[in-house]
Amino acid sequence: MYRAIGKSTRSFLGYSTRSFSRVVGSDIISPLIGLNDDQKEFYTLAKGFADKEMAPYAAKWDEEAVFPRDTLQKCAELGFGGIFVKEDVGGSALSRLDTTVIVEALATGCVGTTAMLTIHNMCAGMIDKFGSPEQRQQWLPKMCTLDTMASYCLTEPGSGSDAASLQTTAVIDPKYPDHYTINGGKAFISGAGMSDLYVVMCRTGGSGPRGISCLLVPKDTPGLSFGADEKKMGWKVQPTRQVIFEDCRVPVSNRLGDEGQGFAMAMTGLDGGRLNIGACSLGAAQASFDIALGYIKERKQFSKAISEYQATQFKVADMAANINVMRLSLRNAAALLDEGHPAATAHCAMAKRTATDYGFNVVNDALQLHGGYGYLKDYHIERYLRDCRVHQILEGTNQIMSHIVGRSLVA
Amino acid sequence: MRVLVGVKRAVDYAVKVRVLPDKTGVDLANVKMSMNPFCEIAVEEAIRLKEKKVAKEVVAISIGPKACVETLRTALAMGADKGIHVTTDVRTDQGISPLAVSNIIAHFAKNEEADLVIVGKQAIDGDNAQTGPMVAGLLGWSQGTFACGMEVDGQKLILDRETDSGTEKLSLKLPSVVTADLRLNEPRYATLPNIMKAKKKPINTVDAASLGIDMELKNTVVSVEDPPVRKAGVIVESVDELVNKLKNEAGVI
Repeated sequence: MYRAIGKSTRSFLGYSTRSFSRVVGSDIISPLIGLNDDQKEFYTLAKGFADKEMAPYAAKWDEEAVFPRDTLQKCAELGFGGIFVKEDVGGSALSRLDTTVIVEALATGCVGTTAMLTIHNMCAGMIDKFGSPEQRQQWLPKMCTLDTMASYCLTEPGSGSDAASLQTTAVIDPKYPDHYTINGGKAFISGAGMSDLYVVMCRTGGSGPRGISCLLVPKDTPGLSFGADEKKMGWKVQPTRQVIFEDCRVPVSNRLGDEGQGFAMAMTGLDGGRLNIGACSLGAAQASFDIALGYIKERKQFSKAISEYQATQFKVADMAANINVMRLSLRNAAALLDEGHPAATAHCAMAKRTATDYGFNVVNDALQLHGGYGYLKDYHIERYLRDCRVHQILEGTNQIMSHIVGRSLVA
Repeated sequence: MRVLVGVKRAVDYAVKVRVLPDKTGVDLANVKMSMNPFCEIAVEEAIRLKEKKVAKEVVAISIGPKACVETLRTALAMGADKGIHVTTDVRTDQGISPLAVSNIIAHFAKNEEADLVIVGKQAIDGDNAQTGPMVAGLLGWSQGTFACGMEVDGQKLILDRETDSGTEKLSLKLPSVVTADLRLNEPRYATLPNIMKAKKKPINTVDAASLGIDMELKNTVVSVEDPPVRKAGVIVESVDELVNKLKNEAGVI
């Protein structure tokens, strides 16, 4: 009797007993799903580049702490040096959504290198958006070709989350009119020592955010020096150093926007930067997930592939669902930022927190699925894990992300 | 000089294909497709001729379903000037004969007044390697297959060919058909600006049936099967035993 009901139910619902075309494997959460034709091409280009020019070398770069400047140069040749910078200065004039797609693809190759590229792009974006016509022409063409690489200098030893309390000062010394004289120091600066241009938030006025301005400081400016390269858990391909200013003088014309606008500009830069850091976690998660999905089909224990155990299937299903959430969250926030939606900042903060927290956990799960092999550098997962741990901290800790959203929610 | 380049949309080289349960072919459903790697090399060589100001225009042609437009766009993003999409709904890995493909390409080589046709040496799905030589035969042009180096010298093409015994240097009188081998060049990436520019380049769409070319399959695929499962090796006790097995069992000496 059961069988009879079963058959009629199946034919009623139109189920066929023959095999039908369906999506299997990692394609279920393919990054291409939901993209328009152009974005699919962008993704394919960036992923092809990551697979060929980054992934084969990422382990070596990490091991030897090598910064692949020439690989970044190749990125620039493809138009990745100024992804959302306007075309008149050599930018690619793409949207933040397009950028997210490109970044998640590149991050599968090497997280640390991609992250540095996104920081550089954030700086280029700030100059593009807030720079005067002269400043744009002076700096952006070379930044888009990555002849000039830029670093973002906000954090100080005494001001991380409390960024607006920064103490690096920039005053106009009467002996050097038309110049700002900068004194102070920045900490944890990605690319420090290697970058050609430093986008520095310093205090030109009173306390708090309104007293902060943004100055562009070229690398060879006298009075600019760097601390020792920090020994880090991950992002080993990037130098991370203190940036020290001792009577470092730059022309007033190197100021971006007006005095007192620096903090607002810095925060605007971070909205997009947070999306990109989230996208780096997404790329790391997707790459680790793909590796794990392959591994579990090959690894046999107790006479079967571990992919046949329900516990494993439930685990990868959770991982896939979370990757999907990360991706949708980031892309949606990017679309809001593109349209200038008033809630965009909150969405970028939420997406950053979701993507970086879930991303770390997906990579961690991928490591666990590998058993002992996951602990070995040869299997790459541990490098993705070490690299994306910091995404939960920089460009605003995830706790600050909660603070940004929470205070707005109850306002 | 005008160059016509054939680009085929084929299974991506990294995909692990599966055979259909009824053994009529490889399962292409939802499988990642890309431009055939040897076609990429062909496009790259054509673009380099344009950059050297030897070629005036590069036209890319692809035969297949709607999705071939993506393949043509990739060629345009690499630098081709315009695309020709010959539409057909048959499976392009085994549903269309190399002779039909060659007739189509020869037709457009004449239409486009091409002086040079460059195609990949073979497609990685069919692996026939027949299209290049057949196009040359149909057009009555000189041909150079397995090209690993190419220079234009006035009305002559100086070609390096990869052969089993080494590199052969040929001088061909244009017009010619060249098939690209692996070491001819390293194809460039498209760039973001070129991807956007490619959208403005024209793609002409032509129905294969309207060309008056015989599209009937003269060869049909009987079955497609997995290669035999690899058997375990055998430890031999002596050199004599090894030689005996090589001669009488493997038949290689």
